[in-house]
Amino acid sequence: MATTDITHDSLARIIAANRRTDVVMASIGILVLMVAGTLLGAVFIDLLASGWERLVNPDFYTNFPSRRPAQAGIISAVVGTSLVMLVTAVIAVPLGVAAGLYLEEYAAKNWLTDLIEINVSNLAGVPSIIYGLLALGLFVYGFGTGETILTAGLTLALLILPVIIVATREAVRSIPQDLREAAYGLGADKWQTVRLYVLPAARPGILTGVIVGLARAIGEAAPVITIGALTFIAFLPPAPLQIESPFINFDWLTSPFTVMPIQMFNWVSRPQAEFHINAAATGVVLMVMTLAMNALAIYIRLRLRRLQR
Amino acid sequence: MFKPVATTMLLLAAVSFHAHAADLVKIDGSSTVFPITEAMAEEFQKAERGKTQVTVGISGTGGGFKKFCRGETDISDASRPIKDSEKKLCVENGVEFIELPAALDALTVVVNPKNTWVDHLTVEELKKAWEPAAQGKITNWNQIRPGFPNRPLVLFGAGTDSGTYDYFVEAIVEGKSSRGDFTASEDDNMLVQGVANDINAMGFFGLAYYEENKGKLKAVPISWKGSKPVLPSVANAKNASYQPLSRPIFIYVSKKSIESKPHVDRFVQFYMDKRHAAALVKEVGYVPLPDKAYAAALEKSRKRVTGTVFHGAEVGVGIEELMARKPK
Repeated sequence: MATTDITHDSLARIIAANRRTDVVMASIGILVLMVAGTLLGAVFIDLLASGWERLVNPDFYTNFPSRRPAQAGIISAVVGTSLVMLVTAVIAVPLGVAAGLYLEEYAAKNWLTDLIEINVSNLAGVPSIIYGLLALGLFVYGFGTGETILTAGLTLALLILPVIIVATREAVRSIPQDLREAAYGLGADKWQTVRLYVLPAARPGILTGVIVGLARAIGEAAPVITIGALTFIAFLPPAPLQIESPFINFDWLTSPFTVMPIQMFNWVSRPQAEFHINAAATGVVLMVMTLAMNALAIYIRLRLRRLQR
Repeated sequence: MFKPVATTMLLLAAVSFHAHAADLVKIDGSSTVFPITEAMAEEFQKAERGKTQVTVGISGTGGGFKKFCRGETDISDASRPIKDSEKKLCVENGVEFIELPAALDALTVVVNPKNTWVDHLTVEELKKAWEPAAQGKITNWNQIRPGFPNRPLVLFGAGTDSGTYDYFVEAIVEGKSSRGDFTASEDDNMLVQGVANDINAMGFFGLAYYEENKGKLKAVPISWKGSKPVLPSVANAKNASYQPLSRPIFIYVSKKSIESKPHVDRFVQFYMDKRHAAALVKEVGYVPLPDKAYAAALEKSRKRVTGTVFHGAEVGVGIEELMARKPK
């Protein structure tokens, strides 16, 4: 038998070689991580240093855009981005997760499903301006939703749907079949299995997809300009909450708006250096907003996990 | 008990919706004109004490006209005159427009400050450097003028989608396009960096980008049809001596909007009021119109004179001459 050939010495050598490979791979991994982290950190610190004088001025957060760089603020862009991202998340997350679940758990494994899968994966790589043009024809003119927060939310939801669908499928696929069989063995039906076992187990992967998708959407300018986002707007949408009954209103959905990347783009392209400071400060706020959104997603996951117990 | 409340709320909603719809001036179009319109909108909103809201987008001159000619906006910002195809779209949708100059811009040809050999350039020399036939052939400064040193020629210019590019090409090359082998960018600050970092560079962009970066760039005086070389400046653009690279930039106002919406009318009056317009235009880096042109523009908007005074490509026409023309 071949096993008799393995002596204590050769075994030790193989183990030592494998350990070396481990160390090398771990070092490369840490190095790559450090390069990426350093780059991100350098960009962030550079923006922070350039935009500092505006970032520490409270007026910057409460003023509307202005021709005077020192008085210009980002309130309309912050509110616009927040509301658009709310619409995007509310539409894209349930729809994307449901589509991913259906394709993975329910759909028959045939050529049609394969075709859909290939197309969804390809859609994830389509340039964002194409989604803007599609939305201009479909939503703005087709459905008559106008140049509104609702249209922008729908457009960005379309943009990130493929990302969420693909992430959901990958996450669901990685759940061992044993788990499902165990559930069936206990008498659970398909929906119970999916809802109580598969979905909770797949949640970290799904959440990663959601974060990647939303982080992409928040930085998009091109498709939002295409569907008619403004650059100068000195009023805010109606508040979603009100004192009188019924306490919430949806008028803000039909309001004109601007978003952070457009404001930033506009300021970067201005000739006056003072506007470039504003642009850097806007970049910092945009990054903080992205991180805050991700933190919120992680917080929600923790809450859900606790509720389950 | 509930009925009056509900009725009041409906009424309130109707009133607020009405107020919202009635007092909005919708503007879209060129990002070149944007800083001026933004300044006007900001000051106008202050003057109106919140009664009127102005929104400004930057879809570009072409994108702006598409919306304008569909009747979606009240005013369109344009860095070039309306094209025939766009005019046709307006006619099809029954949108009549009043063409008003917003300001002047002096396209500035710049070189690196260490460039000692260029004291001026003629339009013919610029043409030699930029025409399509120069592609791959005119690659050295000494090919532009025999006295220039043997140095590679590095060109920077506005993106081919921009009104700035269109005007420069019409004025210099007298055609629709230039050579293709130059560094093009939609972001003028990139062009500033490019020319500032290369001693062999030549580039062009709006006057404001030169004025803000005077220390890093050298503006080139331009000689046209044998005239004495003229430096680009606010004064020389205003008195029409800097030619052919001075160009007017425009706003197009919908006749229907200005007639049916008093706040659009007030905004246009504000835009063309020389008492503050000239100062605002200057503040954002553009060349204000001469006083006479403001008066003529105001008159034109009051009389609701529609149509364009431009017929195809035209360069080197003074603003006062343009204002005196009758639109066809």
